[in-house]
Amino acid sequence: MMNTIKKYLGLVWIIIAIGAIVLLIKTALENIQADGKLEINQPMPWIIIISIFTPIAIGMALFGYYALKDEYKLDD
Amino acid sequence: MSSEKGIWKVIGASSVGTLIEWYDFYIFGSLATIISEKFFPSGNPTAAFLATLATFAAGFIVRPFGALFFGRLGDIIGRKHTFLLTLVIMGGSTFLIGCIPSYENFHLAPYLILLLRLLQGLALGGEYGGAATYVAEHAPLHKRGFYTSWIQTTATLGLFVSLIVIITVQKNLSKEAFNDWGWRLPFLLSIVLVLVSILIRMKMNESPLFAKLKSEGKTSVNPLKESFGNKTNLKMVLLALFGATMGQGVVWYTGQFYAQTFLLKTCGLEPTQTNTWLGIALLLATPFFVVFGWLSDKIGRKAIMLTGMLLAVVCYRPIFTAMYNMSDVAQKVEVQSAIDIVKKINPENANDSIIIKTTTASYTDGSALTQVDKYTQETKKPDNLRLMESKKSLILDDSYQWKLIALVFALVFFVTMVYGPIAAFLVELFPTKIRYTSMSLPYHIGNGVFGGLVPFIATLITVSSGKDYLNGLWYPIGVAAVCFVIGLLYLTNKEDEDVSDNENQYIHETPKN
Repeated sequence: MMNTIKKYLGLVWIIIAIGAIVLLIKTALENIQADGKLEINQPMPWIIIISIFTPIAIGMALFGYYALKDEYKLDD
Repeated sequence: MSSEKGIWKVIGASSVGTLIEWYDFYIFGSLATIISEKFFPSGNPTAAFLATLATFAAGFIVRPFGALFFGRLGDIIGRKHTFLLTLVIMGGSTFLIGCIPSYENFHLAPYLILLLRLLQGLALGGEYGGAATYVAEHAPLHKRGFYTSWIQTTATLGLFVSLIVIITVQKNLSKEAFNDWGWRLPFLLSIVLVLVSILIRMKMNESPLFAKLKSEGKTSVNPLKESFGNKTNLKMVLLALFGATMGQGVVWYTGQFYAQTFLLKTCGLEPTQTNTWLGIALLLATPFFVVFGWLSDKIGRKAIMLTGMLLAVVCYRPIFTAMYNMSDVAQKVEVQSAIDIVKKINPENANDSIIIKTTTASYTDGSALTQVDKYTQETKKPDNLRLMESKKSLILDDSYQWKLIALVFALVFFVTMVYGPIAAFLVELFPTKIRYTSMSLPYHIGNGVFGGLVPFIATLITVSSGKDYLNGLWYPIGVAAVCFVIGLLYLTNKEDEDVSDNENQYIHETPKN
């Protein structure tokens, strides 16, 4: 039972990884404007954050993929 | 494994060095305002760009690269020499920051400061894994959590030492002298601390497990490839990151740093009073790093770390709400108030005026508010007032002291639960030959990236979602919640009894190739 949950949650981790990076890029595009809100309208922090989060999101998708392939199955 | 007396020498040598590295890293942050004035003048776009890089890059990008670079080195040449090197780089960089002439005398100064700050980040990325590995590889069975937890106290103690040194220098110099040259002293002092630490570390022996591996010719030739190119190990790296360090990083950063930002900026509390109370809470909670490290040897690492994460997820909003309510003057009954208005010519635009409105108020609960609002007023349209800046400083009555300390203590208590056992947990997850590399990367991504981004992402959520002052908390709550679920399902609570690779090194999961 637990192994089945772990396996199918792999799909959730893949969706979260893709969703997070899409949301981050979308939010960056909405906020980087000269007249945007002062704290978050500069491009440089966004570029840094997206650059560093993209490989992490790929890692999370890979984690989900391994889970989906039963790689984290615990022997009984 | 080392004798009882020997292990304390190992812990002392490792912890003092790591504490000094944290000290070096924090003084830059604590003196950020003055560094910005001296090296990154406002109105200069290039300097502003470099300042952003110095702030973000050192914390987020460079630390994981430091973990990879020095981790690899530590798995090839040994733990001892590698974490000696990180100490030299960190101490040298800090000392040199204190020596660089300011921008007005030396226009290359911003570039050098950025370079040195990046070196600091690299060194920090390499230090922790080395110290934790070194102590764990000396520690006897069933005491690994206890002994490595001393390393875990250094991040908090480093913050303390940096604040104490800065406050001491400030108290012994006039404000002008401190702003002129006194701010350099905490940086220059670093060289003394580092030299002492180097002398201590030089006398230490190499980790017995690594020394054995080396004498047998079994050290890794390419730790990066073996850590991340080997599927079995890569799965463990991913599990460590998403099932432990990701949540640990956000809980750590929220408890130790975001709480302070929230109290000072969002709640507008007076800095000296707030920092003193925060300091008391931190001091009271710090021993629990060791308590939970010790307890993790008895009941397992996973149970404690995940309980800490769950408590953070459940309690963050109530705790931050309580802190906000204490400072919300709308909920207080005013006794008396006074308004003072000063009008002067705007130095940046002689056609406009600046109006400074100072409001002072006292309340029945003993709190006292000073609020300074700065407006600009156009001469042609005197009714057109534009609010430029608003600074609120609320001194709470002493009756709030222990309530606020208790709330901050709870936040730091969660930190000690997730952070106390993490070094032992990571060490046990990976084999000796690639341990330094494999454990350093998830640790620094978890803490540097997920944790270090708490202020920015919390601000982003708060600013873009309206005026709910608690919305920023959804970031640490969300990350900790996902990490909790992954940790709960995919990690086991077993302790790896043997970190010397003699048997099942992947005790947390049975790998399937």
